[in-house]
Order: sequence, then structure tokens, then C-alpha cells
Amino acid sequence: MELNYTAEELAFRAEVRAFLDEAVTPELRDKVRNGRLTKQDMENWHAALNARGWLAQNWPKEFGGAAWNAVQRHIFEEEAAMADAPRIVPFGLSMLAPVLMKFGSKEQQDYYLPRILSGEDWWCQGYSEPGAGSDLASLKTRAVREGDHYIVNGQKTWTTLGQYANKIFCLVRTDPQAKQQEGISFLLIDMDSPGIELRPIILLDGTHEVNEVWFTDVKVPVENLVGEENKGWTYAKYLLTHERTNIAGVGFSRAGLDAVKRMARAEMHNGRPLIENPHFAARLAQVEIDLKAMATTNLRIISQAAAGQAPGVESSMLKVKGTIIRQEINDLARRAAGPYALPFPSEALEGANEPPIGPDYAGPTAAHYFNNRKLSIFGGSNEIQRNIIAKVKLGGGR
Amino acid sequence: MNFELTDERRMLQDTLRRYLSDRYDTATRNRILGSDTGFSPEIWAGLAELGVIGALFTEDQGGFGGAGFDLAVVFEELGRAGVVEPMLDSAILGGGLIAALGDDQQRALVDEVIGGALHLALAHYEPGARYDLSRVQTTATQDGDDIVLNGAKAVVANAEAAGHLIVSARESGAVDDPAGISLFLVPAGSDGLSLRGYPMISGGRAAEVTLDNVRLPATARLGAAGAGYEPLRTAIARANVALAAETLGAMETATELTREYLLTRQQFGRPIGTFQALQHRFADMLIELEQARSAIINAAGSLEKSPDARDLEISAARNLLGRAGRLVAEESIQMHGGIAMTQEYELAHFAKRIVMADHRFGDTDWHLERFIDLSAA
Repeated sequence: MELNYTAEELAFRAEVRAFLDEAVTPELRDKVRNGRLTKQDMENWHAALNARGWLAQNWPKEFGGAAWNAVQRHIFEEEAAMADAPRIVPFGLSMLAPVLMKFGSKEQQDYYLPRILSGEDWWCQGYSEPGAGSDLASLKTRAVREGDHYIVNGQKTWTTLGQYANKIFCLVRTDPQAKQQEGISFLLIDMDSPGIELRPIILLDGTHEVNEVWFTDVKVPVENLVGEENKGWTYAKYLLTHERTNIAGVGFSRAGLDAVKRMARAEMHNGRPLIENPHFAARLAQVEIDLKAMATTNLRIISQAAAGQAPGVESSMLKVKGTIIRQEINDLARRAAGPYALPFPSEALEGANEPPIGPDYAGPTAAHYFNNRKLSIFGGSNEIQRNIIAKVKLGGGR
Repeated sequence: MNFELTDERRMLQDTLRRYLSDRYDTATRNRILGSDTGFSPEIWAGLAELGVIGALFTEDQGGFGGAGFDLAVVFEELGRAGVVEPMLDSAILGGGLIAALGDDQQRALVDEVIGGALHLALAHYEPGARYDLSRVQTTATQDGDDIVLNGAKAVVANAEAAGHLIVSARESGAVDDPAGISLFLVPAGSDGLSLRGYPMISGGRAAEVTLDNVRLPATARLGAAGAGYEPLRTAIARANVALAAETLGAMETATELTREYLLTRQQFGRPIGTFQALQHRFADMLIELEQARSAIINAAGSLEKSPDARDLEISAARNLLGRAGRLVAEESIQMHGGIAMTQEYELAHFAKRIVMADHRFGDTDWHLERFIDLSAA
């Protein structure tokens, strides 16, 4: 049992920190804290990482990746979150790319992977449908082979940052007669194709980060099929295991907890700093205690992964506990902001030359609280994660 | 023992529920939420005409109700429909303080409020003071026959629409001394009064209020000099009953939307409400809903008690509503899944009303502490 990082790992952390110190400017940090990154900001961030060779962290060297192990990736994620760095947009880099490397053709790998690295392609994900959420395998979007093309009809939803994407990878039904999971294929589709319509979904905090994507007789060349027809569910499951890296969000929680502490030191409650208030301090301490333990659980699983063991039910445990902790921290931030959690000025009103309403930390707290209710819903809801855990440990049960 | 509403209150409840279910649908509400004023003058006039505002005042004050249970009935209905019109600010806080403290001339304003012609706002809490009721740094100084106000007020709901602001200011005592706080009626547009308005995340609008040498005649004083604290405490106790009842109403709607969704949403070939994991959580929501209802009955029935006995019940209700409300809002969203994250689906609005109620007149912890203090006393 050794709880400390090795000398090499500590040196790597210092290297990451030095990079972030320079790359995350105060302006960029404020944008991240307020959740107001533009497409250009995200592209710039990718370009900066790519220039350093750190964009494709999980890719093998032969594809131009950094080939970091699980511990290195964890260190970067943690440091990046603590530095309020922008997040790496995962759809191309850590979701599609591993699928292409494992199941895609040589042509697909040669064509698409460099374009992901260069930023030429922005991928989005076409998985969920209005009737297929937790029950993803019930998806209905149809692809019918006609000569050299598939004709795609249907609707996808919750497509994150689809408004910026020029490509979408989709799960489509190619065999409606087969058992649910066996009639699904994995297609790469150009967002510019005739018949695709993107409609924004405005979330409860007023943000536009997800979309509906409608397909009407969209022609997709057959060479855009990944792997074999009707084997898409296997690839999708493989992709979901990659989606679940950094699922614990330890870095985000640490950064969030630090932010709450800063707020609670500044806020005065009956003439004393809020952080000295026993009730607030108790709430803060409890979530910090949970986070400390979860961070170690996370490291235990990461070191198993680094040793080549595939994570099983543990990643579901991390998803559940990690999101509960993050949401609890969002709740504390909202409480700490007090009455100033209520103002919800539009961006125009809070323009560059306008001072914030109330303390600068208070503004986004309520919006973040509501927006991050999504954490326990997307990427396999916490109910689905609990089903997975229970199924593994109880089997059929009855 | 009788927990039935009186015939009058049941009629008021029926009338208001019908009026709102006919007129306050999701599309209307979303239009109001996006409007420049943050509320609908037509709805406001309609509510006044129905006598809803009058029901919040006693006969002596020109109304026909005014008891805690009248407040609870009205605000529960407003909450059920997700109404964002500033009833709490104009009627309970503004109208309530003038009705309690005003001279004959000032009390004429209450008639205007009941008729729907006048809006009011209470400008009491200050930047950096969070929910502290007695922390007032805004000053009132005598200058000849005039009074001059200087200071700043935080998150003043309904300030822009208000014809008058009721401003608390200190005439004597230390910064957090309950004694020495006075109340003043400040007309909109007074020299030196400036508002920086903005929408609130759960609907309605508020403003940061700055008072820079606002000069008032002696007749602007509301109540006795330096004796504003207890009337403020009473008005805010009534506002807490209203806010808690509104939250209960919003919780009822969130629960009902969740019930319908559990019965209709199909995943894995059956309605998700057939999964026992969700059934038990839904049952917990219903249990907490009844707890909340009872806490509000306790609070609404305590308004005539001594201030400390009253505020013990008020804080009990707000603490319980804070906990139960968060559970209902978060579980409703979670059991709906993604659809609940969208502004278009009405649950989002109800969840915001429920959760953000915790940011007015003290949050869950603030009321826990006050309950502890008053229990020990």
C-alpha cells in the first residue's frame, strides 16, 4: 500500500502545472468559471494542447497521441480542473477515436483521426432519442441500404454542442427484425448532408448546449459504416466505457469545493465569516470527507486500470458517488451566495464593462446548480448505474 | 379539531384555481418570464378584480381576510400555477407594512394596492448582510424638517414596478441593533434614488437600490422613529407563510407532473412507474409533501401568537420546506430525466420556484439556527 505518487508522477504533475499556469489566462479562467466559453475558446484550447502534444491523451503514439497511462490522465484532469481550464471536448477525441482505432477501417483511421487532432472536424454524438434514453437499445432511427448509400430517417436528441459540429456519429437501426441490440449499426454522418435539421434545446438555466437532430431521407455513403452492419451495439458499449473515464470528476469537485470555501470566507453571517458558521461548516466538512474517500477509491481503480485490469462495476460506483458529491458542492455554492443567487442577468446586461450584481462569485451559482442536475442523468443515469451494480452483485436476483 | 377550509376560503381557492388554470398555462408563463416587466399587468388586474389581493388584508384594512390561513390558501394556489406576479412584494410586504403602520393618508395607498393600481417593494436587506434582519447600515438623518437617506439595498424584488419603496434606515444604534431602525415611504423616481434592475432565475425582477442623499418630507416616515424592527419582523413572518405556501403549491405541481410521467413514460417496454426503485422514491415525495402541508398549517396558525412563539413556527416551516422542497425538486427532475432539464417543459419552472425560495428571508440553515435560538429561549 503506497498512497503517494512516484517521483516520476510528481515531476509530470509539475510539468502539467507549469503548462496550465501559462495557458490558462485570467480571462479564460473567468469564462470557464462563468460557463461562457465560445466555440473559438474551445478550439483555441484544443490547438494549444495539440501544439504541446497533449490533446489526444489516451491515443497510442502511432496515431499521434500522448499515450498517457491512467495515472497521467488523472493527474492532468485534476490539475486542469483545479486551474479552471476549459474541458477537452470529448466526442471526437475520447469517444469516437477509440472506436475507430479498434473497429474502423484503415481508410477511416487515416482520414478521420488526423482531422480530429487538427480540429478540422468537430464531432457530436447521435445516441439518445426521445423514446430511447435509459433504454438506449430501443432506438428507432432507421437506416435502409439503397445501392451505395444508407437512407437515414429519424430523430436524435440531447446532442451536446451539435450546433458547432460538422460530423455526427450515430447509432441507427439497420435490421428492425433482429433482437433490439442486434439490429443496430454505427454510422458516420456529415452534418451538412441534405435532410439534416438541427433544433436547439434551451436548458433550464437558459443555456444552449444540447440539440435535437432530425434526419429526413439523409443519404450516407456505405463507406461511412464503422465495422460491420448490425454490430453497432458492441461498438457503442465499447465507446461508453471510454465515456466513463474521469467519471468521478474529482478535479471538478476539488475546484468546486475551493470555490465554495472562498465564497464562505467572504460572505458574512451575523457579523462573522460564513465559513465559521457551524451549520455551514458541517455541510462543507461532510462533503469534503466524502470527496477525500472517493478520490482514493478513484485512485485505487485508476491504478488497477494502469496495471491493465478493466474497470467493472467500480466505474458505475464512481459515477454515482462522484455526481452526488459534485451536485452537493453545487448546492453549497448556491447556499453560500445567499440572496445574490437570485439575480439572473442576461449576458448583454453583464457585459464586459458592467460590474457584476453582488459579489462576482455569486452570479453563476444557481445556474450551475440547476445545470448540473444533468450529471446524474446523462451518460447512463444513476438509476442505470445502480442497476448495473446490483445486477453484477445479485445476478438475476429473484 | 377541524382542518377543513371555511366555505369562504374554499370559494376563494376554487375561484383562483379556475382563473389560473384557464389563463396561466406554460406558454403564457414563459412569455411572462421573458418579458421586460417580468409580470403580466393583465393577470395582475385580473387577480385584483377577483378579490385575491383583498383576501390578504383584514376588513379594518379594507380587505376581507388577512389571516394566516387566507395567505396560505392564496399562495398555495399561486404556487400550484407557477405564478410569478409580485403578490408577496406588493401585497404582503408593502401593503402589509403600510396597513400596519400607516397614518390615514398613507393607508390610502393600501386601497390602491387592493385595487391593483399600485405596486410596492420592501427595500430592507443590504449587500453583505445576507438574511440578517437587524443589520441596517443605510442611514436616515434629520436635516431641518427633512429626512435624508443614504445607503444601498440588495436584491429588492419588484423595485422597478413599485410606485413606492418602503426603505429601512438606521436613525440610531449599532449596525446590527434591532432598535433604531425606521421605515420610510420613498416614491419612485425620487432624486438620488437609483435602481439597477435585472431578472431573477426563478422569475420576476429585482434591483440593486442605491440611495444617495434622497431627501424626504417628515410625512414619508412610516410608523414611529427607531421602532421599525418589530413591524418588519411581523411583515416578514407573514411573507414567510406566503412563501412557504407558494412553495408547497409548486411542490404539489412538481409531484403531480412526476406522477403523470411515471405512469406514461415507457422504457424497457413498460411504464417507468412500474419500477419499484422509483415507486419508493415517489412515495417519499408524497410523505414529505404532507409534512410540508402540516408545517405550513402550524405556521399559518401562529401569526397571532407572541413574536417569538410565532417565529419558532415560521422557522420550523421554512426549515422543513427547505429540506422537503429540495427533495421534491431534485427527485422530480431526476425521475423525469433529460426532459426536466429543458426550459420548455414546465417542471423546470416549478423546480426553480421551489429551490430559489430558499434564498429569501433566510435559508434552511438560517431558519434552523433561529429555531434553535427560540427553542432555547
